[in-house]
Amino acid sequence: MQEPFIIKDCALLAIASGEKAHNLQELADRIVMVHPGCLYYHFWGGLLRPRFDDPEFRNDFASWVRHELHDEILAERLSIIIPTDYASLEQLRQELLEEIEERLDETEYSYLMRARVPFNFIRSQIVVFDTQIRVEEPRGLKDRIPDLSRSSLFYHFIDARRRVEGRHDDFSEWLSAFGDEYDELIEALSNVDPYLSGLSELRERVKRIFNRHMPG
Amino acid sequence: MTQNLESYAEVVGGDVVRHLRQLADHLQGIKVVHVNSTRYGGGVAEILARLVPLKRELGIEATWEVIEGNKDFYDVTKKFHNGLQGNRVVIPDTQLQIYEEVNSENVGRLRDKLSEADVVIIHDPQPAPLLRMVGDHRGKWIWRCHIDISRPHRPVWKYLRNFVSPYDASVWSLSWFAQNLPHPQYLIPPSIDPLSEKNRQLKRSEIQKAYEISGVEKDRPVVLQVSRFDRFKDPIGVIQAFRHAKTFLPLQLILAGGEAEDDPEGGLVLKEVRNAAEDDPDIHILNLPPDSHVEINALQRIADVIVQKSIREGFGLTVTEGMWKGKPVIGGDTGGITLQVVDHHTGFLVHTPEGAAMRMRYLLTHDSILKRMGKKARTFVLENFLLTRHLREYLTLLVALVKGADERIEL
Repeated sequence: MQEPFIIKDCALLAIASGEKAHNLQELADRIVMVHPGCLYYHFWGGLLRPRFDDPEFRNDFASWVRHELHDEILAERLSIIIPTDYASLEQLRQELLEEIEERLDETEYSYLMRARVPFNFIRSQIVVFDTQIRVEEPRGLKDRIPDLSRSSLFYHFIDARRRVEGRHDDFSEWLSAFGDEYDELIEALSNVDPYLSGLSELRERVKRIFNRHMPG
Repeated sequence: MTQNLESYAEVVGGDVVRHLRQLADHLQGIKVVHVNSTRYGGGVAEILARLVPLKRELGIEATWEVIEGNKDFYDVTKKFHNGLQGNRVVIPDTQLQIYEEVNSENVGRLRDKLSEADVVIIHDPQPAPLLRMVGDHRGKWIWRCHIDISRPHRPVWKYLRNFVSPYDASVWSLSWFAQNLPHPQYLIPPSIDPLSEKNRQLKRSEIQKAYEISGVEKDRPVVLQVSRFDRFKDPIGVIQAFRHAKTFLPLQLILAGGEAEDDPEGGLVLKEVRNAAEDDPDIHILNLPPDSHVEINALQRIADVIVQKSIREGFGLTVTEGMWKGKPVIGGDTGGITLQVVDHHTGFLVHTPEGAAMRMRYLLTHDSILKRMGKKARTFVLENFLLTRHLREYLTLLVALVKGADERIEL
């Protein structure tokens, strides 16, 4: 008998690290040393904090480089760094550094620009709690998706990638224990890029996938 | 009237309220004491008046204490306020002594409550020394700073830092306010209560009264700034902007403010504002009592554009209030205003009276853009700056403090 799926929810707290960068070199220097939680926050935290659902840039580094250092080229390069492509936050840190250092090598301009508003490094603290909702079988999970809170979806579909081996979401992990019956559904879920949409839009996409693979 | 938690579900959705209850399940019976320096007037008192009853409804033994001070005390704490926001104030030792003595008297009165609490949340600099003076205590202490302290006058911060450093954590509205302190610095923006007298839906007859109390005419556009009479809110700059814009438009300006108990400079600044207005019949200066919530609500609803041209601002709850009424905001490009006014989306950020005047003219001659921005502003507040979000973050913080400070806390 498969264990029930436990629906959890989470709340994210932001903590100022005290580290600031006023120019690109300082940004690189701070990225080397900051807590990995800062990278998590600046790539993913935007989904759970005040901003428009469809911002110009998905990560804070790209946005700051564009709006404070006015370096459109680097901003575009940073904006296509997709955190789910990296096995760990340390690998993500390396990629980020390489892009910035390459830009520093390319142009003197990058050394000269100084931001009016510094980049303030923030790290996150996540509190996870049990909603007391249990789902016994896959169809029950499908029925629950439309009512999941945005933060619950964040926990099961995004945060899961840090916890689950193979960087899956929690839904796929649980469904895989039912044999190969749900392989197509799992495959479809794995093709969803959670980084390029807001949480409300993501919930709609996940809902549509469940409906398509579990009609009726 | 205090609303119960379920009534918020109609505004924010049932899942948000359910979320709060689930978090609070882990905090049942804990004693939380909030301390600030005024029961009435100003954003902090307004937030506490709503947050504390809701925490109690969620099963937390929350109370709210107010320190007692005299005029001399508020004179020095106003200097702290000005100094922390960057003014080069000089505070003689005799005044610092008054500050510490008043806190010492208050700790004598509040010691039992403070030392027995599981969590004590001290708001702003006025009661900051209580921790140093309380002696033995069992709980965690948090210092909640509501002020824009991004570029403080260093001698003032150096003095206050001694009182703030020993806290277990601090809470700030924005990341760039945070300082070099030896404890976790949490970031929690403030909020407004959508069901309070200041923000609830009003009847037509209640809105009509705003014309009576302000004296503005119905058929001409109205620009409104609501704020204490404080130089950091730049009311004189608003008058200058109004004068520029009035050359082109049949504009009326309302400057509505009140005096907080802990702000001794209010009367002086009000006088300066009246002088600057020079009896212009289209400038309506209203000095309202601190309980004029419905009146302010109505004024915000009759205004076409809200202005908050502050030159320093911790957060600017009047910005959120205006946005909640579906109005675009012309705000000073400073502090918490920048978190709310998304330039060209929910309003405009400005740096000068001239910039504010230009935006007034633009909005008041582009009606569809004005309406679209107003609608966006209301949605932005709904999703980000209502009391339920604020409460959730406070509950999460309490859980983090009570259960441990790990990056990940599984309940």
